[in-house]
Amino acid sequence: MDFPILSTLIFLPLVSSLFIFISRGQKNNNSAIYISLFSSLATFILSLFVWYSMDYASADFQFLEEQSWINDFIKFKLGIDGISILFIVLTTLITPICIISCINSVKDRVKEFLIAILILETFMIGVFCSLDLVVFYLFFEAGLIPMFLIIGVWGGPRRVYSAFKFFLFTLLGSVLMLVAIIAIYWITGTTDVTQIYEIKIPKEYQNLLWLAFFSSFAVKMPMWPVHTWLPDAHVEAPTAGSVILAAILLKMAGYGFLRFSLPMFPLASEFFTPLIFTLSIIAIIYTSLVALMQEDMKKLIAYSSVAHMGYVTLGIFTFTKQGIEGSVFQMISHGLISAALFLCVGVLYDKLHSRMISTYGGLVTYLPKYSFLFIVFALAGLGLPGTSGFLGEFLVLTGTFQKNYLVAMLATFGVILGAAYMLWLTKRVIFGVTKNDQIKNLKDVNKSEFVILGILALLVILFGFYPVPLMETLNVSVNNLINNYENAVKASGLN
Amino acid sequence: MINNLNILLPEIFLTLSIFSILMIGVFIKNSFNLIFNLSSLIILLTIAIILNSSNNVEKIFLESFTRDTFSNFFKILILVSSLFVLNSSKNFILDNKLAKFEYPIIILLSILGMFFMVSSNDIILFYLGLELQSLSLYILASIDRDNLRSSESGIKYFVLSALSSGLLLYGCSLLYGFTGSTNFDLIANELSEENTGAVFAMVFILVGLAFKVSAVPFHMWTPDVYEGAPTSITSYFAVVPKVAGLAVLIKFMLIPFSKILMEWQIIIIFISIASMILGAVAAIGQKNIKRLLAYSSIGHIGYALAGVATGMISGYESSIVYIAIYVVMNIGAFSCLYLLKKDGEYKENISDLSGISKKHPILAISFLVILFSLAGIPPLGGFFAKFYVFTAVVEQKMYALAIIGLLTTVISAFYYLKIIKTIYFDDSIISFDVTKNKFAQLSIFISCGILITFFLYPSVLNNVVDTLFLN
Repeated sequence: MDFPILSTLIFLPLVSSLFIFISRGQKNNNSAIYISLFSSLATFILSLFVWYSMDYASADFQFLEEQSWINDFIKFKLGIDGISILFIVLTTLITPICIISCINSVKDRVKEFLIAILILETFMIGVFCSLDLVVFYLFFEAGLIPMFLIIGVWGGPRRVYSAFKFFLFTLLGSVLMLVAIIAIYWITGTTDVTQIYEIKIPKEYQNLLWLAFFSSFAVKMPMWPVHTWLPDAHVEAPTAGSVILAAILLKMAGYGFLRFSLPMFPLASEFFTPLIFTLSIIAIIYTSLVALMQEDMKKLIAYSSVAHMGYVTLGIFTFTKQGIEGSVFQMISHGLISAALFLCVGVLYDKLHSRMISTYGGLVTYLPKYSFLFIVFALAGLGLPGTSGFLGEFLVLTGTFQKNYLVAMLATFGVILGAAYMLWLTKRVIFGVTKNDQIKNLKDVNKSEFVILGILALLVILFGFYPVPLMETLNVSVNNLINNYENAVKASGLN
Repeated sequence: MINNLNILLPEIFLTLSIFSILMIGVFIKNSFNLIFNLSSLIILLTIAIILNSSNNVEKIFLESFTRDTFSNFFKILILVSSLFVLNSSKNFILDNKLAKFEYPIIILLSILGMFFMVSSNDIILFYLGLELQSLSLYILASIDRDNLRSSESGIKYFVLSALSSGLLLYGCSLLYGFTGSTNFDLIANELSEENTGAVFAMVFILVGLAFKVSAVPFHMWTPDVYEGAPTSITSYFAVVPKVAGLAVLIKFMLIPFSKILMEWQIIIIFISIASMILGAVAAIGQKNIKRLLAYSSIGHIGYALAGVATGMISGYESSIVYIAIYVVMNIGAFSCLYLLKKDGEYKENISDLSGISKKHPILAISFLVILFSLAGIPPLGGFFAKFYVFTAVVEQKMYALAIIGLLTTVISAFYYLKIIKTIYFDDSIISFDVTKNKFAQLSIFISCGILITFFLYPSVLNNVVDTLFLN
């Protein structure tokens, strides 16, 4: 076996968090910040190396690692394909950004915060690398612990309520998935994903198993009507927590649909497509309308996340190349944009300790750099051509039009609503009259904030004009996914 | 004959040692420390003797006493957990003026009773072992004589437990009446589905055993006794008798009742579901940690019984793994309580934990690990315990049991989260004394270490437990 590069990727943050834990007792937190920044950047570079050195032309899983784990029948199996590597790179990119952002925003118990973020990074990378259902479940659930603490310890006034809601909602969804995983083990005799792809689960089991997985992913995604934990969690979480939540944790569900639901239960996926379409459309339109009404910036962005995730589920279940590629692209781009928007809100919150839209207004005069960046991200969020936000939505809609006109029309309507709330938010916060005198004394973004927001803005625009690197990586894996799906459906004689 | 005595060596050694330290206690004044250390030594020596004995199946004294891997495993589990429970609570015992020389001796006596329970192959020997254990436990519950609550809990436990022993004995005599034997193997041969009287007997015996492991609906004593008894005794109650009780339960399913498993299974499924639900729901409102742990232990016994309810070897194995991890978690949790000392008084309300993460970060993080593990969140040990149990349950296609069980873990997660919330999210009120309770710290460290690193090699326990049922 070669060098276990994926394990290194997964456990590097964990090991460095151990170092931070040991280095306690010093008066300042600089060493902790440096260690965590260094290790997260190292992880990022390593993940870029993996991305660079993988073979895009192959649909097989690469960098495979296998280790006997539970009783020799469940293996600790890791491996990546074109879809998962993008999420891994997104994770490793967002983590150092969170660490930089917390230099400004986290004042209390910094070391513990960094430890929690790094442990969370380990679990998140683990989710995207695992090729065994039990390993996947392990990482998927383990992420709850650090996130619960991040929201609860460093969060806002209603943090306890939000942290509990987040934890219990997600746990409730996931336990059914655990039953399904165990059931799959007894049906197929393995929990190795690649083997289950080959074995093909019998038709009569597929629907129930699909629903069990769906219950977990729907909560995590989040889909209407189980999305209510997300606005609460976002509002109360500290900036870095919101960023990770929006940028990566939500993507686990989309990834889960692609990696597990679709290939393992193709017939059930086909069967439940109307359900997914309905829920997605409701999510897109209803939560966009709700977002219009929000007076809290974070809440507005949170609801817009739910709407954007509606496009993702819509795209995945079109089973078309455009739809699925668009979904993945939308997830990556939403990861960048929502992270940036939450960071923007965080910058303001650190200064005035208010997230209310009414507190602000006319920022453009006093914070020009900040206003420019904010407008870039807001426009990207509404899907302006030339930003990455446009491409994802466009591809998803193209895919949907091939399947169902009505759904596609309704989803397109959501794009208009998206423009409405984003532009109105920009109008109220950035432009308009300065009602609050405190704003006049505010300082513009400092260096570290400018750097992280600038990097994100560059990426958003770069991928808007030149999405080729992402698409090339995805291409073969998505083709393979669709082929397998179509073969399975044909074989069953449904179409 | 000498060979027979060899097989009985651990029990003989334990008995003689108990007699001799009892004499020391009688004739030497203020000998608590000496006796305490001697008892630890005795436990260690007994472990050594058991580890050295061979694992062949031997049945002696008219096949009433068995020694095999099964009994040896449980004896070692009982001894090791007692060693940790006893030593981590030493400071607590001294601080609360419980330092009577009888204390460790009675604990050793109850261990001896459990030895006979897990080794018995005969109803009479089993009953004698059970009674020796129970009588010791009654005394232990009320060992804090001058404390009203401790005495109350002792009496309560005695009355209810005596009732359950009576039921159990009635079941035993019915069983003897309907099968004509007291020997497990002979009973197994005699029993069949048509033997209605024996089914009756089985129900009575099950009631007695369910009482001993505090499964719903025979759990009423648990919260009161756990709360009333001194913490050091509560931790013993929460850990060691459950191990022995579960071992006996499995043994009954394995040998005497193996032919009427169907009837037996239905009852255990009911008891298991009821325990899981009550353990999850009733703990929510608790303010006292010991009382909360009492309800949580009821819930955990429910999960362990879910494995037993499958009626399959794989299910029994998962239950044994579960109870072993449960022991690790509970020893850790109670050891944390020994560190919560303020002005010479041990705190036991959840609100007292408020904000300890600021002043005592290491204690807080240990508590966090143990509580998340109790809640069964991966990647900690508690998750694997539940995973194995539910794997066995789903194997038998008992989906309802699996789903109810996992849903109750969500409910029970709520109250574990509530403690974590108190520790981490709330402002600190009390600053606890930095106690020099080295052994409690050591057991917290070991317990957390096991729980955190369990995922690296999760089948380590299974490999051991697999060997128990080979013969």
